[in-house]
Amino acid sequence: MRIICPLCGERGAEEFVYHGDATVRRPHPDSSAETWNAYVHLRDNPAGRHSELWYHAAGCHAWLVVERDVRTHEIFAVTLAQDVALARRPVTA
Amino acid sequence: MAKTRYSIVQVLAQAFRGQRGWAPVWRDAEPKAQYDVIIVGGGGHGLATAWYLASQHGITNVAVVEKGYLGSGNVGRNTTIIRSNYLLPGNVPFYEHSLKLWEGLEQDINYNAMVSQRGVLNLCHSDAQRDAYARRGNAMRLHGVDAELLDRDAVRRMYPFFDYDSARFPIVGGLLQPRGGSVRHDAVAWGYARAADQRGVDLIQNCEVTGIRVEGGRAVGVETGRGFIGAGKIGLACAGNSSRVAAMAGLRLPIESHVLQAFVSEGLKPFFDGVVTYGAGHFYVSQSDKGGLVFGGDIDGYNSYAQRGNLPVVEDVCESGMALMPGMGRLRVLRQWGGIMDMSMDGSPIIDRTPVDGLYLNAGWCYGGFKATPASGWCFAHLIARDEPHEVAKALRLDRFAQGYPIDERGAGAQPNLH
Repeated sequence: MRIICPLCGERGAEEFVYHGDATVRRPHPDSSAETWNAYVHLRDNPAGRHSELWYHAAGCHAWLVVERDVRTHEIFAVTLAQDVALARRPVTA
Repeated sequence: MAKTRYSIVQVLAQAFRGQRGWAPVWRDAEPKAQYDVIIVGGGGHGLATAWYLASQHGITNVAVVEKGYLGSGNVGRNTTIIRSNYLLPGNVPFYEHSLKLWEGLEQDINYNAMVSQRGVLNLCHSDAQRDAYARRGNAMRLHGVDAELLDRDAVRRMYPFFDYDSARFPIVGGLLQPRGGSVRHDAVAWGYARAADQRGVDLIQNCEVTGIRVEGGRAVGVETGRGFIGAGKIGLACAGNSSRVAAMAGLRLPIESHVLQAFVSEGLKPFFDGVVTYGAGHFYVSQSDKGGLVFGGDIDGYNSYAQRGNLPVVEDVCESGMALMPGMGRLRVLRQWGGIMDMSMDGSPIIDRTPVDGLYLNAGWCYGGFKATPASGWCFAHLIARDEPHEVAKALRLDRFAQGYPIDERGAGAQPNLH
């Protein structure tokens, strides 16, 4: 499996460290125990398209959000996690 | 059908008849409209559950539904190792119960599973690791499990061909569990299937579950490729795909699916007596009765439902093997394959009721499911039959994550690919 890093180009998956599902969002500190349990432990674990976090440890050290089919390892999109986070930050102006 | 009891007399009689008298080992059952219990998943754990439901609890109106053929999943994809060298209280009694069931399995199910207690040896490579193994060995012995701490010379007498003087990872000793060993894994599935079938359990192959029907908070049956099948109780034993199947009943599990690879070398004359794990990397090896070295290492480390692995882990496994046993470099790898693991959030399994009445869950086996097969079936059958957890499996709860009682052997936290 090879991942196209937006900063470094196409690299072997062995350069990256995996951190799991990118769709779980850290809840507010005052959230209920159930919400925190779901965040820490529960996963959709789909057999198909999966949005996930990868860290380019042996490269540029960027965190990436990779869209991948976990049955075929086909990769649809790779985005800098920073850009994903900025895009979903609420507009406060 | 005739219930043939296997024995030496049978084998000799068949030898004189040109082996033409053997009957099919189980019926190819058609699904009935309703069962007392349906087990989803015709692998080792599901078949063992069906057998113990019938033999220990007298519940024989049971169906095992399997999407492929019996034993097509992880029961035939592992490295066949059995052991009970665990550390934590929630785990040791369970795995020791399993090892005791292995010791009597062949007589129980009248099937030769080639259970071979050839000893499992965990190597250590530093003083700190030896201390950790001494602690683990003591924990095992306090639970009545056999464990021996070996020094370097004792290990060398058993396996003279290891690299003892590696500058980076010298072998300083090991923790031996003499009662550990290996079992022919396919025979476990076949043996349990045959035994369950003879008690009247319907084994329904090529019958994929596509939905779980829940009415008024209670599971009442499964939708399958061969129509709806009603059930009083439903047990899920489909590790690898537990999240997918549980989602049909609206459940979200503390599990990720990951791929684990295993390897077999070309056949060699017998030279490797037991099962050995390398302590400085993740590598475990034994020699099969056909002569091939059977070995494996880490999971690939990312979510996967593809039953095949990637090359970086192949390299990692072979490097670990070479570091332990440089002579291995002369060998060719004959076969390599992958299986899909239910990687749970603490590295330990789940045998429990679910929030849906009548729906029971057996999941999260990580890459330790094979050795657990008999106890998993035993405890899951107990849970389904009596609606209460078995004594040795009562820590393997689904709600232990929410309650703050994970069983984290490795101390890695809620990160499945680190367990």
